[in-house]
Amino acid sequence: MGNSVLGIDAYREVAPKGTIDFLLRLAERARGRRFLHVNSTRYGGGVAEILTRLVPIMGELGIKADWEVIEGDPEFFATTKAFHNALQGTEQVFTEAMLEHYLEVNRANAERLRPAGDLVLIHDPQPAAMIEARPPEGKWVWRCHIDLSTPQRRAWAFLRRHVLRYNAAVFSLPAFAQQLPLPQFLVYPSIDPLAEKNRRMTKGEIAKILANLQIPDDKPILLQVSRFDRFKDPIGVINAYRLVKRDHDVRLVLAGGGAADDPEGAQVLAEVREAAGRDPDVYVLDLPSNAHLQINALQRSATIVIQKSTREGFGLTVAEAMWKGKPVIGGATGGITVQILYGVTGYTVNSVEGCAYRIRHLLSNPALMRKMGEAGREHVRRNFLVTRHLRDYLSLLVHLTA
Amino acid sequence: MAQPAPFVFFGCIELRELLGLRARDERELLEQLERAPLGSVYYHTHSVFLRHHQVTGAYPNDFANWVAFQVRDQVLGERLAVVDPFAFGSLEALREELVSVIDDHIATLHPVPRVVFGDPFFFVQSHVIEVPTGMEAQSLGEFRQCLAEVDASSIYFHALESRIRRGHPHGDFAEWIDRALGLSPLAEEIARINPYLGGLEEIRLRMLRLLDAVLGREAAAGGE
Repeated sequence: MGNSVLGIDAYREVAPKGTIDFLLRLAERARGRRFLHVNSTRYGGGVAEILTRLVPIMGELGIKADWEVIEGDPEFFATTKAFHNALQGTEQVFTEAMLEHYLEVNRANAERLRPAGDLVLIHDPQPAAMIEARPPEGKWVWRCHIDLSTPQRRAWAFLRRHVLRYNAAVFSLPAFAQQLPLPQFLVYPSIDPLAEKNRRMTKGEIAKILANLQIPDDKPILLQVSRFDRFKDPIGVINAYRLVKRDHDVRLVLAGGGAADDPEGAQVLAEVREAAGRDPDVYVLDLPSNAHLQINALQRSATIVIQKSTREGFGLTVAEAMWKGKPVIGGATGGITVQILYGVTGYTVNSVEGCAYRIRHLLSNPALMRKMGEAGREHVRRNFLVTRHLRDYLSLLVHLTA
Repeated sequence: MAQPAPFVFFGCIELRELLGLRARDERELLEQLERAPLGSVYYHTHSVFLRHHQVTGAYPNDFANWVAFQVRDQVLGERLAVVDPFAFGSLEALREELVSVIDDHIATLHPVPRVVFGDPFFFVQSHVIEVPTGMEAQSLGEFRQCLAEVDASSIYFHALESRIRRGHPHGDFAEWIDRALGLSPLAEEIARINPYLGGLEEIRLRMLRLLDAVLGREAAAGGE
């Protein structure tokens, strides 16, 4: 069955008891209202993945939900990519021509789509300037999914002019909020428990995928899933593994992607391979971006999942791993600290040594690992599933359009 | 005789609003706490019950958790944790107590403890949205049945939210039992349950015990 045809009832068996009925009653309060989402892509990326699921379910709940996607040329998307990087703190160069083209493409999209609704949720910077063409009725909210904690001043100053015209903004973490004279709401991102990346798998399916990836399952597996990016500290993970290896015969899997179209990613991947050297128990996997089932199988095969980032947006791989009942050791940064309940679902750590210590501690306490895995799954069930995300968006709709 | 008005159970959810106020040390925490809207004082001292369903070893308010686990000042964490919001007649009085505890603690400390590796404290307030549960009770027996099944957010809404933000000092449960059923002694016992000593499930458990005792006595009297 394709994911797109799954309705709200499919979530009854995974969401906390009573959640679906609660959502149905909440949606009653907003029945018939128009809720429009606008973003920059229909496929690929976390926002599109969630909207693919949320929008049809909202329709099923009686909300007039729609999803529009803006169009742009390569120059436009090069500029918005630069915005993305600059807003996340990487210095970028913007020319007047780039900024003018960004506005021009937004104007053209506003003319083509004529976005309107009781609530219009504009996702991320790409369509943010469409606010200039807003109709007088309806509430417009800017939904920022990126880490805005240390933006490049010029990029943020440009974008802020447009954000000021919204009725409200929504951020994924308190640290991402800005000084703005408008209400700012907090909505955590979520995982879809029924998507390929998170759905149940049989032992046979998992074994087959591991065999295809040529990873034996005769030793405990330590796993980190992330892009090959220095902020994910893959070298630190290898160093932590080496400290652990003195006492425990384990295998390390570093699984990531994005190296193919990212020069820096390719460089980091090369550094990681060099650091791994000829150790037969270190596996470095450069997977394609659609390797959802492989990631699922790896997470389910892992004994401990690591996300040793030194900087992180939200880091939903943590929730993915906890959903599969795994204890998680993560860097004490960004959304990782929100997801890991210290000592309950795993540990946050601040150094290679801390990471190694906690891995050893858990490997020596299998009962604790099981307990943390169970607690993690329940924590995700209550806080990081798409059903909670739906509840938050419905709350926003009810609150702003009452 | 006219039927009493039914008790209609509502659940709730909260939409969290970031206030843009943050603190990196205990003096900033004090200063921002003095400036923050009362809704934020409420959020950081009450909504924690709605958010934490698990036993995490955490303290029952966000201020105590932050100084204990982010600033790593266990002493102030403990002193803030023991402040019982139930003991204050208003959120303003509760705020004054929290400010006083922090002020007293940092008066002798040089430098003032600050967060080094942890996160700043972010002030938040919430907008509680009520959601009908579809459950209502006409009698004490029906009320008991609904209470046993209803979502924990319903207990939060009727026992905490109603007391602090909707002007029902004894909570909705006690008021209905008193006014609609005329069971004042039971209502008084329910009103005395301190929500801060055990969380929402503890409130449910204690209420069920009290209700069972009354229903048991009624059944015994009916059988005589």
